[in-house]
Amino acid sequence: MSSPDISVRNLWKVFGPGGEKIPKDPELSALSSAELLERTGCNAAVRDMNFDVAKGEVFVVMGLSGSGKSTLIRCLTRLIEPTSGSVLVDGKDVLEAGTTELRELRRRKMSMVFQHFGLLPHRTVLDNVSYGLQIRGTAKNERYAKSREIIELVGLKGYEQHFPDQLSGGMQQRVGLGRALAGDPDTILFDEPFSALDPLIRRDMQAEVIRLHKEMGKTMVFVTHDLSEALKLGDRILIMRNGETVQCGTGDDLVGSPADKYIADFVSEVPRADVLTLKWITDPLAFGTPADAPVLSAGTIIRDAIPTVMNSSCPVLVEDSGKITGQIDRDSILSVIRSTEVAA
Amino acid sequence: MSTLVRDRAPVQTGPVSVRAPRKRLSRRTLLLGGAGVVWLLGFVFLHGTATLTLPASELTDLHRSLNQFNAWVASNRADNPVFQYVFTPLRAAVDAVANLFIGIFAASSIGLRLPEIGWLGTVALLGWIAFAVGNARVALLTAAVFVFFGLQGLFTEAAYTFALVLTAVLFTLAVGIPLGVLAGVYGRVAKLITPVLDFMQTLPTFVYLAPLALIFLIGPASAVIATVIYAAPPVIRLTAHGIRCIPENTREASDSLGTTGWQRLVTLQLPLARRTIVMGINQSTMAALSMVTIAALIAAPGLGQVVIRALQSLDVGTAVNAGLSIVLLAIVLDRVTTAASRRAEPGANRKRRISRRTRYILLAATLLVVLAAVQLSRTMLWAAAFPKELNVGPAIVSGVSSASEWLQTNLFLFTVSFREAVTNGILNPFQSLLTETPFYLLVAVIVVAAFALGGWKLAAVAASCLAVIIYLGLWSDAMVTLAGTLVATAVVMVLGVIFGVAMGRSNKVDQLMRPMLDAGQTMPAFVYLVPFLGLFGATRFTAIIAGIIYAAPVAIKIAADGIAAISPTVMEAAVSSGSTPWQVITKVQLPMARQSLALAANQGLIYVLAMVVVGALVGAGGLGYDVVAGFVQSSLFGKGLAAGLAIVFLGILLDRMTQAAAAHPVRKVPSAKSPAH
Repeated sequence: MSSPDISVRNLWKVFGPGGEKIPKDPELSALSSAELLERTGCNAAVRDMNFDVAKGEVFVVMGLSGSGKSTLIRCLTRLIEPTSGSVLVDGKDVLEAGTTELRELRRRKMSMVFQHFGLLPHRTVLDNVSYGLQIRGTAKNERYAKSREIIELVGLKGYEQHFPDQLSGGMQQRVGLGRALAGDPDTILFDEPFSALDPLIRRDMQAEVIRLHKEMGKTMVFVTHDLSEALKLGDRILIMRNGETVQCGTGDDLVGSPADKYIADFVSEVPRADVLTLKWITDPLAFGTPADAPVLSAGTIIRDAIPTVMNSSCPVLVEDSGKITGQIDRDSILSVIRSTEVAA
Repeated sequence: MSTLVRDRAPVQTGPVSVRAPRKRLSRRTLLLGGAGVVWLLGFVFLHGTATLTLPASELTDLHRSLNQFNAWVASNRADNPVFQYVFTPLRAAVDAVANLFIGIFAASSIGLRLPEIGWLGTVALLGWIAFAVGNARVALLTAAVFVFFGLQGLFTEAAYTFALVLTAVLFTLAVGIPLGVLAGVYGRVAKLITPVLDFMQTLPTFVYLAPLALIFLIGPASAVIATVIYAAPPVIRLTAHGIRCIPENTREASDSLGTTGWQRLVTLQLPLARRTIVMGINQSTMAALSMVTIAALIAAPGLGQVVIRALQSLDVGTAVNAGLSIVLLAIVLDRVTTAASRRAEPGANRKRRISRRTRYILLAATLLVVLAAVQLSRTMLWAAAFPKELNVGPAIVSGVSSASEWLQTNLFLFTVSFREAVTNGILNPFQSLLTETPFYLLVAVIVVAAFALGGWKLAAVAASCLAVIIYLGLWSDAMVTLAGTLVATAVVMVLGVIFGVAMGRSNKVDQLMRPMLDAGQTMPAFVYLVPFLGLFGATRFTAIIAGIIYAAPVAIKIAADGIAAISPTVMEAAVSSGSTPWQVITKVQLPMARQSLALAANQGLIYVLAMVVVGALVGAGGLGYDVVAGFVQSSLFGKGLAAGLAIVFLGILLDRMTQAAAAHPVRKVPSAKSPAH
């Protein structure tokens, strides 16, 4: 992974009169959200957030409603004006950008997909997808040619002349996705794009995003309140509560070592065997384990390790970057599976 | 909402939960009741003193100085720089456009005074335009109605009215749509102009005329300018509303792609607000027609003049004939602009039966026919001036006249006894209660009532309004107008509650009534006078009845909407706990719709006031009479102008008092007395 694509540093968004003073005030900024609201009438939706998103990564921001995740993603392109901090994109601070620079950033670098689609009802699918290109002044023929490609890519071929209200929710969101892709941005921001869709369609669309990510390799920042969606899509997941980062890490970091009780509750229903890798259950190498025992990588998902461990007559060795780090046996695998069943 | 805050101050907002609202309610009732008793006692004992009566032909010093001002304007018009560089050029520009359209449709200034395109060309052209912006049905309607104007013998008059409406609407849109866009895009502009628009819409059409005639002289220019002022608020409001109502997520999506402000306006805001804007154009057009007809009082040519002359000579037949034309013109303008707003709906085109291309071919082909008709009407006399042999106007006039005479003689017993019963039983006693109470006592009573309704601020507003009316020297006339307005509003509210409840409770009744109410609202104010003049003759009573009929639709609609808006769950709860329909109405629907009913009263009052003033044309006295007299006699000009101002302040007074009543919360604390039980 190369240098980070997006770096967020000390980002604050405080709603309410006089909100701009709060990040600078050490006393006020230390207060909890509820106390702050009581003392100043201000609502801190994003509090001192810091994180990096690497190029080509799918970075998921997860939290319950009201946790500030939608505000955070809007701060990245200043759809909501942040109160303080910095957002570095390609080394330049978005917060310092002038009107024209900001517009260029929105036109070429970062596009967004919205929860409620935000399609223009008076335009056809083709015109909706080519809207961004039109805005930046692409000639008609060129933008239609490009948009037709994108429409095919998102699986809407044949619907070019339909209007948004003639499409199902899932198809409308495909238009939203197409609109974001049409400008060929480096980064796509998703604001709970699938929470307004039926579960089955949501699954299709998640698969679609995974496919597009594989094909196009774009950086994605994905906001969701759905943990299984986060685990499915995210290379890394940041969990937010009351505008603050609670924990940031890979899916198995969160499930394997939750930072506090809040996260532990959150992940308690996750089928651990499907998420955790062997490194979380590796025991120290025991005396008497044969050296020719089967070897599995520490990054193997536990469920995938079941056949090998069950078929082996002795414990299985775990290897991490060329070194044997320990072993696992049937008992440790079974205990993980049992805890999963109990939780479910 | 400000009243809400104001009222909280004197009330302890401590832990007292149930008693507080009761205490406040009783204090308010106490104040109102006390004021009423003092008023009645004062009336009995001080009856007839300090009434500030001013006979019709007498003037105060203020009126005389206004007269002098009038004379000063007349003599300095030519060399005062404000006139030289602002008013006179403006007047010339408006006149030029108005005369252009008058020349095209009504009468050119040369030769036989035939219009540029005669009746045949006008019918064809307007029908074609109706087809282009609307559909074939409204095109046929337009053509048929304009031919009918010819048959009525009123083609030229109708064409004058149409030309003035067209001019006024063009200016209105040129000013109103950009202003509306600004107000929609910038919240600050909206905040700035909303109170101005609110104020403009509470003014009766009448009061614009005298000051404008003073500045712009009588004639088409001042008629058009008055009309623009009157007709602009709806299109400004609706344009702003259409833009502001665009869903936040659509706007955000467009911003996220990096639109500039201008791109956002052109690709998002204007297309999405289009239908609402066209609805605004519809409302402004209807307002323009209403004003153009009334502007006949300042010598605007057209149908309004025919009606006014007929009203003044009590010629019911002619008034009905011309009134019918106005009604038909209103229907045409309404239907065509409504059809246009349907066409402006997003995606309307894809639901059409014929493709866009076929439509264009059809439009081009019919345009050729139109051009042929225009050419014909420029060359052949029969196509230029509507043939006199086909004139059925006189037949309509004499038919209506004899019908009216028959009604007046044969229903004499009924109409006259009804009129006299109401006049002597209600109107006269109430009017004398207002006019014969000493003014200081009445002022005190009204100010106390204002205080009870809306606290110190409203009391101050009421006191200043009344002070201005007294200063204008028209106290007694204002009380005559107030009496008529209040009586008519009371009736309007009774109608509003009865029909509103019926419509709110039954979809069928709603579907039956709504088109009639909509139609009623589109008619210009003073055509309402015509039929009642035929029945009841030229009296104050006629004006009041016309005011009731004019104001009832708006009051009924607001009341019905308020009752229909009550959540079905609450109704279900009421019914399931065994309430009778009567209990549901009195214990649930009316209390919960209280706010709407107060708003209905507010709007009803404004409409009634507008009409009672116009009613001066058929014999209602009061301020309206002073205004009309001011138009007619130059010695009464100043008094007329003062009367116009007095109407404004009376309007403000009534508007603020009813708004305060409407803003009053029923109960602030959620107590056990929930209406559902």
